[in-house]
Amino acid sequence: MAESPTVQLSDRFGATQRRDFWWLQPLAVAIGLGLFAIYATLRAFQGHFYEWGPYLSPFYSPLIDPEHHWWPLSPAVLVLGGPLGFRTTCYYYRKAYYRAFFLDPAACAVGEARHNYGGETKFPLILQNVHRYFFYLSFVFLISLWYDAVRGFIWSGHFGAGVGSFILLINVALLTTYTLSCHSCRHMVGGNVDCYSCAKFGGARLSLWRRVTSLNEHHMLIAWTSLFFVAFTDLYVMLTAMGTIRDLRLF
Amino acid sequence: MAEAVLAVFRGTREGGTPVDYRVPIAPGMVVLDALHYIQGHLAPDLAVRWNCKAGRCGSCSAEVNGRPRLTCKTRLDSLPTDKTITVAPMKTFPLIKDLVTDVSWNYQVNKKIPAFSPRPGTDWKMSQADVDRAQEFRKCIECFLCQDVCHVLRDHQKQEHYAGPRFFVRVAGLEMHPLDNLSRIKSIKDQMGIGFCNITKCCTEVCPESIHITDNAIIPLKERVVDQFYDPLVWIARKFRRSGGT
Ligand code: SF4
Ligand code: SF4
Ligand code: FES
Ligand code: FES
Repeated sequence: MAESPTVQLSDRFGATQRRDFWWLQPLAVAIGLGLFAIYATLRAFQGHFYEWGPYLSPFYSPLIDPEHHWWPLSPAVLVLGGPLGFRTTCYYYRKAYYRAFFLDPAACAVGEARHNYGGETKFPLILQNVHRYFFYLSFVFLISLWYDAVRGFIWSGHFGAGVGSFILLINVALLTTYTLSCHSCRHMVGGNVDCYSCAKFGGARLSLWRRVTSLNEHHMLIAWTSLFFVAFTDLYVMLTAMGTIRDLRLF
Repeated sequence: MAEAVLAVFRGTREGGTPVDYRVPIAPGMVVLDALHYIQGHLAPDLAVRWNCKAGRCGSCSAEVNGRPRLTCKTRLDSLPTDKTITVAPMKTFPLIKDLVTDVSWNYQVNKKIPAFSPRPGTDWKMSQADVDRAQEFRKCIECFLCQDVCHVLRDHQKQEHYAGPRFFVRVAGLEMHPLDNLSRIKSIKDQMGIGFCNITKCCTEVCPESIHITDNAIIPLKERVVDQFYDPLVWIARKFRRSGGT
């Protein structure tokens, strides 16, 4: 309360009686997200080494105007917004960066640096409410990535596989799981129903909702795994394209 | 006998300070037992609120080593007893004395939530699958630890504009109830101020009933608010349906 005397704790940043390493988690998240952001930015703007054999880096999918007929910059820049917007407005990542970068709060029961807080009630953060539109858009990317993954098994018109083919496949499987475990997805498939036994297709919606819920419970884990793997997939394609490593042909 | 040192906050609104007490450790002892020992042997005027000592009544909330906890569910052997254990009152609520705070603001907020409102002539049969979600929310014991830890109340003092996690739990139980006939979505956005929640999940971390406050109550309510206020497609669909129906 406004007049509440907080006798035992000051309001300055970091004020807490916690004894554990509360700063460890936000620090780890800041490092993890920071490294990914730097790597992804460098790679997206590089515009080279994104293809090798039947493999295409996920950062460049769908591949638009690679010959630079009308787009002068790296083709990745054209498609970056979709996945970036989806992850930035994701309920999990919001938690992660509000804590790690905005320090709002850095950890629970730890004093904050900022004192003019508006949460997600004002511009620009009120725009987080568009998350479901990025969810819809993510299917365009998934279709493109599935196409690339299948193409990764086709070598000059013949079925075959290298290590990279499986990396592309695992990558798109993880990204699909990430998308399906989304909170907006959970809401749409059945979370918005109050009475499953009275609604149209109620039974089907309940079972879908339960399935999405069981994925959604692991949304954080899936978010990190898929983030790490998408960078790894890109790195693999880059290193093969540069000739630094050789893709092992399995069959 | 092994001893623990507890630094218990002693004071009133005017001010106060932690005071150290030495307590002999008994097997299975919880922090509330230690506070009772202090009351019984060392400081009979120590103010502590409690009722059940079984994690059911939600009265004994405090901050143990800086973490909002039920003192009756925090075992001493789960804490490092080689160091002083701090016990402080909940920071978010006005202090009355020692570990007792005035949580009455919560009851004022609660009163503003429109109660369960069934349709006229409701058939009172419900299927279990329909009430599963709401049942999780009924586990709440009103300990207000989530309210205490929520930074919107704790650090930003938005009590005037924000109802806090405990009441999103309650209102989610009403909104998702199969027999309830009222929509509270507008007031969830405007009066209860759900937009202030930035889903950082501290409430979920401290809930002694392990209610998934953020994932199962707040985020689903945020999505319902989006349906009604921020989604142009849903908005257009609703307009069409309405003009088609009239
Ligand atoms: S998730 Fe929302 S309600 Fe819960 S503690 Fe964080 S800001 Fe408060
Ligand atoms: S939701 Fe959990 S933490 Fe909040 S008042 Fe209820 S039991 Fe306590
Ligand atoms: S909530 Fe994370 S992707 Fe939608
Ligand atoms: S005394 Fe009842 S919950 Fe702790």
